[in-house]
Amino acid sequence: MSDIKDNSAASSDMEPTLTKRSLLDTLEIDVRLLGMLAAFLAIVVIFTIWTGGVFIRPRNIFNITVQTVPVAIMACGMVFVIVMRHIDLSVGSLLATCSAVMAMMQAYWLPSLFGLEYGNPFILILTILIGLTVGTTMGAATGWLVGYQLIPSFIVTLGGLFIWRNVNWFATNGQSVSLRDPNLLMFGGTEGVLGATASYSVGIAASIAAVYVIFASRKNKLSHGFVVKPMWAEGALTAIIVGTIMLFVHWLSLYEIPKGKLRRMFEARGEVVPEGYTAVHGLPISVLILILVAVVMTVVASKTRFGRYIFATGGNPDSADLSGINTRWLTVKVFALMGFLCALAALIAQARLQSHGNDIGMLEELRVIAAAVIGGTALAGGVGTIYGAVLGALIMQSLQSGMAMVGVDTPFQNIVVGLVLITAVWVDIIYRKRMGITK
Amino acid sequence: MSNEGKTPLVEMRDISIAFGGIKAVDHVTVDLYPGEVVGLLGHNGAGKTTLIKCLSGAYHKDAGEIHVNGERAEINNPRDARDYNIETIYQTLALSDNLDAASNLFLGRELMRNGLVDDAKMEAETRKIMGRLNPNFKKFNDPVSALSGGQRQSVAIARAVYFDAKILIMDEPTAALGPHETQMVADLIQELKAQGIGIFLIDHDIHNVMQLCDRANVMKNGKLVGTVNVNEVTDDDILGMIILGKKPEHLAA
Repeated sequence: MSDIKDNSAASSDMEPTLTKRSLLDTLEIDVRLLGMLAAFLAIVVIFTIWTGGVFIRPRNIFNITVQTVPVAIMACGMVFVIVMRHIDLSVGSLLATCSAVMAMMQAYWLPSLFGLEYGNPFILILTILIGLTVGTTMGAATGWLVGYQLIPSFIVTLGGLFIWRNVNWFATNGQSVSLRDPNLLMFGGTEGVLGATASYSVGIAASIAAVYVIFASRKNKLSHGFVVKPMWAEGALTAIIVGTIMLFVHWLSLYEIPKGKLRRMFEARGEVVPEGYTAVHGLPISVLILILVAVVMTVVASKTRFGRYIFATGGNPDSADLSGINTRWLTVKVFALMGFLCALAALIAQARLQSHGNDIGMLEELRVIAAAVIGGTALAGGVGTIYGAVLGALIMQSLQSGMAMVGVDTPFQNIVVGLVLITAVWVDIIYRKRMGITK
Repeated sequence: MSNEGKTPLVEMRDISIAFGGIKAVDHVTVDLYPGEVVGLLGHNGAGKTTLIKCLSGAYHKDAGEIHVNGERAEINNPRDARDYNIETIYQTLALSDNLDAASNLFLGRELMRNGLVDDAKMEAETRKIMGRLNPNFKKFNDPVSALSGGQRQSVAIARAVYFDAKILIMDEPTAALGPHETQMVADLIQELKAQGIGIFLIDHDIHNVMQLCDRANVMKNGKLVGTVNVNEVTDDDILGMIILGKKPEHLAA
């Protein structure tokens, strides 16, 4: 004790930073995540004020989340690809080909081949299964060329960008294909929502799961005698997480289904809307899928061997090889997963547009890479998080929606997104220099 | 010699490997007995590391046989080597800089719990072994890029020692270390030796070799110049072998 007091004069100007850091350390909060959340909140606040509150309305929040889903889903896969020191420039074209295959399946091939009626559940199931298989296979092919044939991923996927964009064109003759199968529309957003009761149930279930995971991990750490967060910190963090989940669900459940649409929905069933009847949107199925993907990918990244090997390989490919990791096969798996997620994004993108258009997914690869990078994924490999990528996609979409609402022209919207990308990485570099983090 | 009649732990017979037209290792035979430290000496590019990488599974030999405990062993990749309890500490340390000490220590052999990696258990085990090897080591939650050279070295050593190695390959284990840490590695080698582990030690420092090794193999230009018992030769004899590529005359008989 006396030693510390003796040195207090020398270290007094150091103390404020020390206590600040130690508070963050106690809470075990990722400073980058905090920065991204602050940026996101700033965007929300600025546009809410600028639009006189329209930006924050349930309807707009609903739209932004739904529009974010395809890019965010692919960004989750892109994190793994970039962490492995690779890149995938073909995801937009991959999405287009998967979308083309699924659109042709449901509109022409399956009905004519098996004589199925539109709306038959088999069309839904087969279309999805075939779409996901095609995406996974295309991704695996990329992975084989990169992992086993050692062609740089930049080249393979740049070629893939041309190839799959035009396979899509060839498959549909360049024509738009509308989604004839009504079931497929449920992945689009407004056509597939859970309603109030189911949304709140999902919110409560998610909250319980979050609480369980936090305290199970705490118990496991305690059983090995490690230092854990103080109980108040653990409780506060848990409260913030649960609060965010429930607020989000509640907000989307405030978005009512318009009267005209309700009438059409009842008419389709040959009924009349009862007097005073209202219904709300709640959680869209597509957003639920994104949340599931993000949770599963986070578990994969941090808690499975597969994820551990991806990060180890990104950090040092030679050390991974010498540790007995089959890095070639790992490359195939990572690109196959990327392809799978492209197919999933295609299913959601075409359902939202209610048709497959020839230009679907055009330039999406750049937005996906930008989302991952804004979210803190380092192109040098080895570093990246799933939540960062999802947040990156959300930040980009919020910016674009907000700017569109206040009347910023499209060219300026894209200029701003470009500037945000560069600034995000710049700030990160400055931060790491200050903190003395070398990698 | 005390090894007479015993089965060698490792025998590398007539090993050859070439890269392009260059014979990096040219018909080299070496062996290693339990509880023995065998040095590998030679200039840079003499083929020491290449030879040893055939044993650790990083390279695939073109010709020759490897025997472990008298039985022929097929080592085609690092996993095979680990299955024979052959552990390697590479000169480059082979650490993934972005991962913490525990993740590196257990890389490729993670401890699992309900199908998921058990980080807490791995950290606890890492704390245990580090407490033994390097009690000053405290940075368990930082990526290893944040560690000093000596701390990184102790992670690499811990990884080799933790998994019950029978055969240990150390490629310049003290190259990046200060005197205190070098002494720590020397003590560790004595301790492992006493446990009956066989150690191949690649080192540039003749003084280290004379102090730690029982026998020394000298290589030059991919060929084995000769194998000597360290207590029968002087520093100058070994230097002569390294530089001239010839066995000293009083031993050549």
